[in-house]
Amino acid sequence: MDLPTTEKPGSRSPGPVAPPKAPTHAMPPLSLSARVPDADAPPPVPEEPRRPLATRFPKRSSGRTADLIFRLATGACAAAVAGLIVVAIVFMVRGSIPAFKDHGLGAILSPEWDPTNQKYGALTFLFGTAYTSLIGMMIALPLGVLTAVALVEILPHSLSKVISLAVELLAAIPSVLLGLWGIFTLVPLVRSFEVSIYKSPLGLKNIPIFSGSPMGVGFLAAGLLLAIMALPFILSVTREVLLQVPVSQREAAYALGATRWQAIYNYILPYSWKGIFGAGLLGLARVLGETMAVTMVIGNTPQIKASLFASGYTLASVIANEFTEAPSILAISALISLGLILLVVSILLNAAARLMLIYLGRGSSSPREAK
Amino acid sequence: MTSRTFIRAGLAALLMAPLAFAQTISVSGAGGTFIYPLASKWFHEYNVLHPNIQINYQSIGSGGGIRQFSVERTVDFGETDGPMNDQQLGEAKIKPIMHLPLALGGVVPIYNLSVHGLRFSGETLANIYLGKVVMWDDAAIAKDNPGVKLPAEPINIVHRADGSGTTYTWVDFLSKVSPDFHKKIGVGTSVTWPVGLGGKGNEGVAGLVRQTPGAIGYVELIYALQNKIAYAPVKNTAGEYVNASLETVSAAAATAQIPADYRVSITNPPGKGAYPISTFTWILASPALPDQTKKKAIHDFLVWALTKGQSYSKDLGYAPLPKKLVDRELKDVAKLQ
Repeated sequence: MDLPTTEKPGSRSPGPVAPPKAPTHAMPPLSLSARVPDADAPPPVPEEPRRPLATRFPKRSSGRTADLIFRLATGACAAAVAGLIVVAIVFMVRGSIPAFKDHGLGAILSPEWDPTNQKYGALTFLFGTAYTSLIGMMIALPLGVLTAVALVEILPHSLSKVISLAVELLAAIPSVLLGLWGIFTLVPLVRSFEVSIYKSPLGLKNIPIFSGSPMGVGFLAAGLLLAIMALPFILSVTREVLLQVPVSQREAAYALGATRWQAIYNYILPYSWKGIFGAGLLGLARVLGETMAVTMVIGNTPQIKASLFASGYTLASVIANEFTEAPSILAISALISLGLILLVVSILLNAAARLMLIYLGRGSSSPREAK
Repeated sequence: MTSRTFIRAGLAALLMAPLAFAQTISVSGAGGTFIYPLASKWFHEYNVLHPNIQINYQSIGSGGGIRQFSVERTVDFGETDGPMNDQQLGEAKIKPIMHLPLALGGVVPIYNLSVHGLRFSGETLANIYLGKVVMWDDAAIAKDNPGVKLPAEPINIVHRADGSGTTYTWVDFLSKVSPDFHKKIGVGTSVTWPVGLGGKGNEGVAGLVRQTPGAIGYVELIYALQNKIAYAPVKNTAGEYVNASLETVSAAAATAQIPADYRVSITNPPGKGAYPISTFTWILASPALPDQTKKKAIHDFLVWALTKGQSYSKDLGYAPLPKKLVDRELKDVAKLQ
C-alpha cells in the first residue's frame, strides 16, 4: 500500500473523467500502518490529568443534545420491539380469518385434521404440544435445578467450570442436529427401553402410559429431546440466580449449625425461588416452540393418546411440515391459525406464571424457618 | 495506489457498469424441491452458454410455486410435482397456463425385514397403507411372493409427514389400483393416514424404516439410488413385477396416454416394461407473460432444456423424457415465442 515515489503517467487508471493532475505526492499516504501507533510504543499518556467529577462534562448543552438523541434512539428501539410483536399478531390474526370464517372456532378445536377433505382441527396438535412440553419440563426442571445446586454449592470450582462450559456448548447445538442425533441415537435407545417394558414379566405394558407397541419414536423420545434442549437455559439461569444469594445468607445458615442440605433446602433455594421460576419459564418457552427436532422424533401422527410410547404431532411440527405444500388458501389459513393458537397458549402460560408469581410473592418470600 | 486513484477507478467502474450489464435478462421461477438439483445444474450450464441470461429458482415447494406464479404473480415461471387442478387454473391471474413436463421421477417402496427380495402389487400396498394388512405373513403378501417364507411379524408403516409430491404420486397410484383407498384416503400432497408413523422428508422416512424392524415406507427413486437403499419391485398393469430404474420410469412416460395439456398422472400406465409409480414434474409457463424479453428467454431455455439439457438428467438420477414426447413438447414451446 505504499505510495510509489515515481509514477509513470501511463500506469494510472484511465478514467473518462480525468481531472487535472493532482499533487498526489504532497498528500500523506493513506495507509493504515501510518495511523496506528506502534505496538511496542508505550500507551499514549493522557494529555491532562483527570479533572474532578464536577467539571468532567463541561459543555452542558452538548450533553443535553446527546442525551436527547440517546433517549430517542433507545425509545425507538423499544418501540420497534413492541411493534414487532404487534405486527406478528396482526399478521397471524389476519391470516387466520379465512379458516375461522370457514369453519368457526369450534371446528378449529376439533380433533379432526384431514386436508384432503378440508377439515382442519387443532386439538390433536394442541395435545401433542402440551404433552411433550410437560414431559420435557418434568425432566429438565429438576435436572437443571439440581445440577445448578451442585455446580454452585457442592462441586469444586474447577470441575463446575468445566461442566458449565459443556452445558453452554449444548445450548449452541442447532436443533436440527439434535434431531438427527435423536433419530439415530436416542430413538433406538428409547425403543430398547420400550421393548423391555413390553416384554417385562410384571405386565408393565398394561399400565396406560406404557401401552402400545414399541416404536421408539413418539411422545417419550420427543419429551427427552426437549428436556435436553431446555436444560442449558434452565441450568444457566438457575446457576446465576444461586450465585446471587448473599454470602451472609449462607454463612448465617452454617453459623447456626445447618448441614449443607439444610442450608441449601432451607435458605438458599427459598431465597432464589423466583429466579428459578423464571428459569423454568425460559425453558418452557424454548420447549413450546421447538419444531425441527421434535418433528424428527415424534412420529407425526395426529392422535391423542395417553401412552408415552404413542406417536403424536405438535403445533409447530405440523406448520413446518405442511406449509410449503399447502394445497389451498384455506389450508394455509388453517396452518396460520395453528400458529395463532400456539402464540395464545404461550401468552396464557406466561400470564398464568406471572400471576402465580405475584400470588405466591404476597405470602412470605422470606426463607422458611429452620426446623 | 493513492486514495484518489482508487476513487477514480471506482467512478470509472460505476460509469461503465450499466453499459456492461444492460443486456442481462433476469428470469425468476419458483416451485418444487424434486427438480431442484437438476434445475440448478441446468440454470448454471445455461448461464455459461448465455451469460446474459440469469435464471433464479426458489425451491419453495410445488404449492408455493403454483401460488407465486399463478395467483401472486411474483415469478416468471412456476414448477410443480403435481399438475394444477381445474380450480387452481380457474383462480389463476394469468391465462393460459401451459404445463410442460421437464423430467421424470419415480417413487419406490422400501422395507426392513429379515427376508429380502420381496415384491408387491398395488392392491397389497394399498391394503397395507389402509391398515387392512397388518402382518408380514398375510396371504396378500404371500400371493405376491410365492415360495418365500414370510415371518409372522407386525408391519410398521411409515409415510411422509410433510406435504410432498412424493406422497402425491404414491397415493395417486394406490388410489388408481384400489377403489377403497381412493374413497378412504384420496389424493393430495398431504393426506390423512389411518395408520403409521410420519417421517420428515425422504431422509426421515428412510431413517425410520432402517431403524424399525418390520417397517415399510416409500421414498423418491432418486433418493434411493443416491443412498444405495434397496427397494422392491411393483406390479404393473401388464402383470409384471417391475424394478424401478431410469429406463422403466421413462417407459412409463412412453406408454402412458398424454393429453394435449400434459396435465396427466402417469401412474399405473398401460403397457409392458413400465414402472407403475412414475410421475412427471412440470414447468408452468404462460404465453401471456407481459415482458416479451423474459418470455423469449424462457422459450429459449425450455428448447435447450428439452434437447441438450436432457443429457444432464441421467447423471443426476432423473429419468429422461421419451423422444416422442420431447418432439411434441417442442411444438408447444413455440407458442411462447
